Amino acid sequence: MTAESTVDQAVPEAGTTARRLADRAGKVRELGILLALLLVVGGTALSNPRFVEAQSVRDLLLNASIVALLAVGQTIVVITRNVDLSVGSVLGLAAFLTADTFASNENLPVVAGVALGVLIGLLCGAANGLVVALGRVPSLVVTLGTLYVFRGLDFALASGEQVNAADLPENLLGLGSGRLLGVPNLVLITLIVVLAAWFYLRSYRSGRELYAMGSNPEAAVLAGIPVRRRTFTAFAVSGAIAGLAGALWAARYGTVDAAAGTGLELQVVAAVVVGGVAIFGGSGTVLGAALGALLLSTIAGSLVVLGVPAFWQQAITGALLLAAISIDRLVALRLAAALRRNNLRGGA
Amino acid sequence: MARLIRWESVLVLLLVVVAVVGSVRTGGTFLSGGNLFYLGLDIAEIALIALPLTLVVVSGEIDLSVASVLGLSSALVGTLWNAGWALELILPVAILAGAVCGAVNGLLVTRLGLPSLAVTIGTLALYRGLALVLLGDTAVADFPATFTQFGNTPIPGTQIPYPILLFAVLAIGFAVLLHYSSFGRSTFAIGANDEAARFSGIRVKRVKLVLFVLTGAVAAIAGIVYTLRFSSARADNGNGLELAVVAAVLLGGVSIFGGKGTLGGVIAGVLLLGGLRNLLILDDVSTEVLTVVTGALLLAGVLIPRLLGSRFTPAGRKT
Repeated sequence: MTAESTVDQAVPEAGTTARRLADRAGKVRELGILLALLLVVGGTALSNPRFVEAQSVRDLLLNASIVALLAVGQTIVVITRNVDLSVGSVLGLAAFLTADTFASNENLPVVAGVALGVLIGLLCGAANGLVVALGRVPSLVVTLGTLYVFRGLDFALASGEQVNAADLPENLLGLGSGRLLGVPNLVLITLIVVLAAWFYLRSYRSGRELYAMGSNPEAAVLAGIPVRRRTFTAFAVSGAIAGLAGALWAARYGTVDAAAGTGLELQVVAAVVVGGVAIFGGSGTVLGAALGALLLSTIAGSLVVLGVPAFWQQAITGALLLAAISIDRLVALRLAAALRRNNLRGGA
Repeated sequence: MARLIRWESVLVLLLVVVAVVGSVRTGGTFLSGGNLFYLGLDIAEIALIALPLTLVVVSGEIDLSVASVLGLSSALVGTLWNAGWALELILPVAILAGAVCGAVNGLLVTRLGLPSLAVTIGTLALYRGLALVLLGDTAVADFPATFTQFGNTPIPGTQIPYPILLFAVLAIGFAVLLHYSSFGRSTFAIGANDEAARFSGIRVKRVKLVLFVLTGAVAAIAGIVYTLRFSSARADNGNGLELAVVAAVLLGGVSIFGGKGTLGGVIAGVLLLGGLRNLLILDDVSTEVLTVVTGALLLAGVLIPRLLGSRFTPAGRKT
């Protein structure tokens, strides 16, 4: 607790330059995604103007919202130099259990059902966090394992059954299909979560500490950051958000089986990385990640409109992911070189 | 330094337990030639890919794209067969394509300095996507019996499946490479501390590139085995198999931090995984439960050595 004041004072002048440069690079990344988004939308609209009609824009946003939501949780984990590959399975488990609960309790308030989804996700996330933080095992391996464990649990509980939209109460389905002032509810909920996470990561000390842990784990320990507790929290939050996404999935699609959200983790990791969150940890914003999710789903929608076979979609997702991490790396190398020059000029 | 208990000994003990429990539960069926033949076929692809992946993990990297390379190789075999090529020509081309996939992984990791985890998650999607582009959701199944026999009949006079013979040959090759060659010593040195390895004159990038190329080539061979075993070339062949392979490697005592592990341990890990799968299949357990068990074994493989501390794991490389 006493360490952080000295840390703040100890930041040398070169450090502020560095921060400004890094900030600028981050903003350029987000502008770049916006530009790419405009290019994709514009290009597709030229060949088919209906792509930018109000209804299809709403569909684009709706399609992006669940992946964008998961991307927020993933960002919180990735900036600490970890990864959560189990989000798709957590979503599936929460979606099935929420839908199943609603199907047998018609009068359950929607808020209680959504809270149930969040709670299930939180438990899964806490399990991940415990193993990663206490076992000091790489999160990749842990969440690759729990990806299958949670999915298997989902299959065991569902035992071949599926919940149909007809079994679900109107008020839950209304949450999934409803709109407020023309904007779909799911998009609004996603926006609220994105803004809350953005504000937390930007303005709270514990949020900044997540970045510190990712950019230099050893320094974070020396600076007195409770690394284990923060790691645990990051995974718990990612799980809770995936649980929320699961409840919303049930609300949106109505029909839920044990396979819901299979393979979604790939899109989420891709969205986060395309959105400029460094896979090495330490930098990136949830705004960028959400934009990344929007870009990926817009490209998917555009491929459909342009008549490209669906089989291409996975290859394109993979190629975009590789391009994003490669560009990220090249930008980082450039930035490091620029900082070195700066330090040589201003330092010594 | 001598360890008190070798992880490999624990694995062999567990294998004996599985064999005894299995025999008792199934009234001897478990260790019968017919069942062992089936077990051997069931683990063929996992066992093959686990060999080069062991070296990759020892060098401190990971390759999650192996199952997608398997699928791409299968789709390529099907596509070229449809195009009227001879299988004698298709098979080397498929292996070469696998090596190219591995080279792409390796170049991205070594030239750009990207983390192999991120790269191979990307190529996991890319290679599977390319397989889908090639073959869509169709299956190619009209391969001649002379070839498919390789995938599903025993060597005459024995109960040994041909793919296991192939595995044995490759296993000896990789064991020599890892444990009895300077290349293997370099691999361990890189995994223990790649900077120190670089300063002692080891060509770190080249060694890693070779390892990724070998992994791609062997994953493509596994794709051919899979295709011939089921007489079916499909783009989604081996979907999700990377979990089982990574689980087997880590269960075999290879440290995910690099620098530590033996091929013998990994082979024991593969057998343990295969034995448990086989027991569950004999018990008519659903495939979903099999995946849960695989996932749990993966967690056990990383957690147990970690929790038992230094008796099993010497200080890992800092990451």
